[in-house]
Amino acid sequence: MLNEGRPTTPLAPTNALADITFTANRGLQIEEPLLFEIGRADVTGVDLPEAPAVSPRLGKHARNAPIDLPGLSEPETLRHYVRLSQKNYAIDSGIYPLGSCTMKHNPRLNEKMARLPGFADIHPLQPVSTVPGAIELIAELGRWLLDMTGMASVAMSPKAGAHGEACGMMAIKAALEARSEKRSIVLVPDSAHGTNPATAALIGFKVVAVPAGTDGTVHPDAVKALLNDDVAAIMLTNPNTCGLFERDIVAIADAVHAAGAYFYADGANFNAIVGKVKPGDLGVDAMHINLHKTFSTPHGGGGPGAGPVVLSERLAPYAPVPFVRLTADGAEFIETRRQVGDTAHPFGRITAFHGQMGMFVRAMSYMLAHGADGMRQASEDAVLNANYVRAGLRDLMSQPFGDKPCMHEVLFDDRFLEGTGITTLDFAKAMIDEGFHPMTMYFPLVVHGALLIEPTESESKASLDLFVATLRELVMRAKRGEADRFRQSPMLAPRRRLDETRAARSPKLKWERPQPWSEAAE
Amino acid sequence: MRYLPHSDEDRHAMLARIGVSSIDDLFADIPAGKRIAGLLDLPTTKSEIEVERILARIAGRNVPAASVPFFVGAGAYRHHVPASVDHLIQRSEFLTSYTPYQPEVSQGTLQYLFEFQTQVASLTAMEVANASMYDGSTATAEAVLMAHRLTKRRKAMISGGLHPQYRGVVETVSRMAGDVLEMLPPDPGGTEAIVAAIDADTSCVVVQSPSFYGHPIDLRPIAEAAHAAGALLVAVFTEVVSLGLIEPPGAQGADIVVGEGQSIGNPLTFGGPYVGLFATRQKFVRQMPGRLCGETVDAEGRRGFVLTLSTREQHIRRDKATSNICTNSGLCCLAFTIHMTLLGETGLRRLAELNHANAVKLAESLSKIRGVSVINDAFFNEFTIRVPGDAAAVIEKLAQKNVLGGVPVSRLEPHHPELSDLIVVASTEINTDSDRAAYARALQEVL
Repeated sequence: MLNEGRPTTPLAPTNALADITFTANRGLQIEEPLLFEIGRADVTGVDLPEAPAVSPRLGKHARNAPIDLPGLSEPETLRHYVRLSQKNYAIDSGIYPLGSCTMKHNPRLNEKMARLPGFADIHPLQPVSTVPGAIELIAELGRWLLDMTGMASVAMSPKAGAHGEACGMMAIKAALEARSEKRSIVLVPDSAHGTNPATAALIGFKVVAVPAGTDGTVHPDAVKALLNDDVAAIMLTNPNTCGLFERDIVAIADAVHAAGAYFYADGANFNAIVGKVKPGDLGVDAMHINLHKTFSTPHGGGGPGAGPVVLSERLAPYAPVPFVRLTADGAEFIETRRQVGDTAHPFGRITAFHGQMGMFVRAMSYMLAHGADGMRQASEDAVLNANYVRAGLRDLMSQPFGDKPCMHEVLFDDRFLEGTGITTLDFAKAMIDEGFHPMTMYFPLVVHGALLIEPTESESKASLDLFVATLRELVMRAKRGEADRFRQSPMLAPRRRLDETRAARSPKLKWERPQPWSEAAE
Repeated sequence: MRYLPHSDEDRHAMLARIGVSSIDDLFADIPAGKRIAGLLDLPTTKSEIEVERILARIAGRNVPAASVPFFVGAGAYRHHVPASVDHLIQRSEFLTSYTPYQPEVSQGTLQYLFEFQTQVASLTAMEVANASMYDGSTATAEAVLMAHRLTKRRKAMISGGLHPQYRGVVETVSRMAGDVLEMLPPDPGGTEAIVAAIDADTSCVVVQSPSFYGHPIDLRPIAEAAHAAGALLVAVFTEVVSLGLIEPPGAQGADIVVGEGQSIGNPLTFGGPYVGLFATRQKFVRQMPGRLCGETVDAEGRRGFVLTLSTREQHIRRDKATSNICTNSGLCCLAFTIHMTLLGETGLRRLAELNHANAVKLAESLSKIRGVSVINDAFFNEFTIRVPGDAAAVIEKLAQKNVLGGVPVSRLEPHHPELSDLIVVASTEINTDSDRAAYARALQEVL
C-alpha cells in the first residue's frame, strides 16, 4: 500500500552533491546505465550450438526486421543486475514496517525446497500419473489451510490476493444464481483495501460504502442499515486495516446471513490470528489467504504471490476447476467440469493450469517449519511487536482511535505533526535517511495522514528499540521546527525525491534510442 | 523456533512495557467463545532436516522433465535457464523487497521493470508494455476487458485456436462481468475462419499465434477486418521464444498483445508462478491494467524511475480502476529480463532457430511412423499429430515407457470427441537426437 496517489513534485534541493565525482558515482553507490545503453545486438551471454540444417517450416511467417534487443556477456550481466540490486531496500537489510503488507523474514529453506526438481521441473500438463507428489502437496497444503481456518473447502488456483478475491466473489455470484437470485450490491467499508471495491466492480457488482465507527471498527447497526434483498455480500477485512479486530464480527455475519447475503473476508491480515481464532467460526463464507504475506513466500519486488480461497459449506460446490478431491484411497485431480459429476457446480476457471505451485511449496515449507506451536507464537509475536512500537510512541505520536491495544499493526494519524509544516510524506521520507524503509502512508483512507506500522514477528527487541528511538528523535526534530530538513529528505538514498508529476504528465514507459542531434533539431 | 528472535525474557519485558500482564490481553477483542483453546490440530515445529525430508519425499514421487525424453508444451515450455539467472533473482535486495512504492530506495526494482517493459515492447513490436500480469491466460482476459472499455462494446470473438484453458478463463471472466462472448469451435487445422464472424457489435477478436495447435497465423487480414468493423485485434502467444523467428503481432496490426513469458527465465513449476506479458499502443495506455514504470528525474535532476499513471489502479481508483490486480509477477519479470539480457538479439534468434530445427526434425521422424500424421504445414516449435485411436491412452502408455510425449487434446477439450486422436507435441533446445529417437521408438511400440 502507499501514498494517496497524488503525484508529487520535489522541491529544489538546497544541498545537492552533484558533480563532486567524475563518474557521478558516490563511493559504493554506482550510477548504472540502462541495459540498452551498454548492451550490443551482436553480444550474447549464452553459448548455444548452431541449429542443425533443416528445411524451415515457418511458412510465410518468418521475421525479417531486427528485434532491437541488446545483449550482454555473462560477467557484464552479473555486474549490471548486482549494481541494480544495491539500490534496493530489503527485509534482509532492515525492518520493512509496511502496514498491511506483512514483510516478514523469508526463510531460505523455502527457496531450496521450491527448487527441488520434483517441484520446479514438472509440467502442468504432463500425465497426472507422473505427478502424484504435486497432487499430494496441493492436497496437504489445502488440508493445513482448512484446519487453520475452520472452513469446508479451498480453491487453490488464484494467483494472488486480488485474484483470490475475484474467485471468492465469483463463487458468491454463482451461488446466488443457483438460488435464481440476482443481487447487485456489495458492501465494502471505507477502510478496505482498494482491491475489494475493484474486485466487486470487475464482477459486475455495485459498491456501497459502509462507514466505520468512531472507534475504527464496523458496527452491526451500520451494516444492518444497508442490508436489503439486493445485497449480495459484504467484504470485510479482519483484523481491519486500522489494525483492530472487528469485535462485532459474529453479529455482522449473522445479520448478513439473515439478509440472504454472503460474508467475504479479506484475509490479508490473517497473519495476526493464525492459531488464535478460526475465520470459519466467525461466520465467514469465503476468504483468500495471501501466501506471500502470512506464510512468507517472498514478495519479490511486487510478486509473484498466491491467493488460495477457503470456502464455507454453502459456497464449496461452486469452487472453480481445477481442484483436488480427496477420496478413500488418496486424492483425485479434477481438471474439467466434465470430471466433476453432480456433486459440484464449478463456476468456471480463473487461470490456465493449477495455481502457484512454486509458492505452495514455499508456504508448505514455512508451515511445516513452524508447526501449530510456531504459527501461534508467530501471530502472538507479531501482535506483541506492534503493541511494543505503540507503547514506545504513544506519548509522542497521535492514534486516531485512542490508545488501546492493536493487532499486528499500529496506526497513527498526522495530528502530531500539526503546526510543524511537515506532512506524513515528509516524515516517511526522513526515515529513509535514517536507514529505514518507511511505514505505509496515507492508508487506510479513513484516517488523515495515516502512518500504518507493521513490524512483523521477525524483528528482535533490539531492532524495535532502535526503530522506536529513531522515530522519537524524528518527532522531536519535527517539533523543533526542522521542517526544511524533512522536506528535503531523503538526502542520502540512491535518489532524492522523484518527480512523479513529470512522469505522469508525459509518460516515458520504455527506453527510446536517442535521436541524432540533426534529426532531433528538426 | 528458529525464525522468531524473542526469548521468553524479551516477551515478558515487552508485555511489561506495553502495560498488560499476558499476551492474551492483546487478543481480548476476539470473542471469548471463539478463541482456539490450545493448539491447532496440526504437527508441531520441525527442524530444517525434518522439513527437507518430508518435502523431498513428496517431490520424489513426481517425474521431473529432465529425467526423461520430454516433449510437453501446450502453454508451458521447458527451456534451459542460465545459472546466473537463478543466482541473481535470489539476491536479498530483489527477493525480499516490496512493490517499489518508495522509489528513492527501490531504483533497482524500478530500473529492471523499465528494462522489462522495453524488452517486451521490442519483442512484440508494440509501443508500450506494462510491468506484468499473473500469466498469459489472465492477461488475455484482461485484454478482452480493456478492449470492451476502449470500444464501448461488450462482445468478444474468440478464435478456435486459442489455448482451451485460456478460452475457459476468458469465458468465466466475461460471464461474471455480464459481457457477451462468441466462441468459435476448436480449430486444429489452423483455418482461422474468424473474419467472417466479425460484426458491428464485436469489441475485439482474440487470436493466438502460433495457435494452440501450433499454426502460425497471418494476423494482417484479421486486423484489417477487425479495424474495418471498429473492433480491435487482441493477439495472444504462449511461446515467447517464437518471437525470435516469427513476425511480431505489432507489425501485423495487433492493438493489444498478450502472452505467456514463462519460457524465458522461469521454470515449469507445474504451472506457476509465471509471467503475463501485456503490450499495446501508446494511445491506449490509460486503459491498460497493471503497474507501469516510467522515467523521470529526482530533485537533483538525475534520471530515476517511478511507478506511474497510478490513477488507473485499484489503490487509487477503487471500484473505477481498470483492473483489480495488485501483486503481479515481479520476480518472474526479473528472471525474464536477465535471461533476455543474456540472450540478446543474437542469442534469442539462435535459440529460436534451434527450437524450430529440433521441432522440424521431430516432426519428420514422427511422421514416418505408420498411422501417425503431422497436421501442420507450418509451425514453430510445436505441432499437432494425429494418432490411430485414443491419444490420451497413447500418452499414458508412452509415460509408462518413460517418454513424456505431449498433451492429448482431449485432456483440455473433453467435450469434442472429434479431437480425441490429436496430440500437441513440443520440442525445444533441450531435446537431443537420442530423445527424439527414444520418442519415435516408443510411439511405434505403443501404437
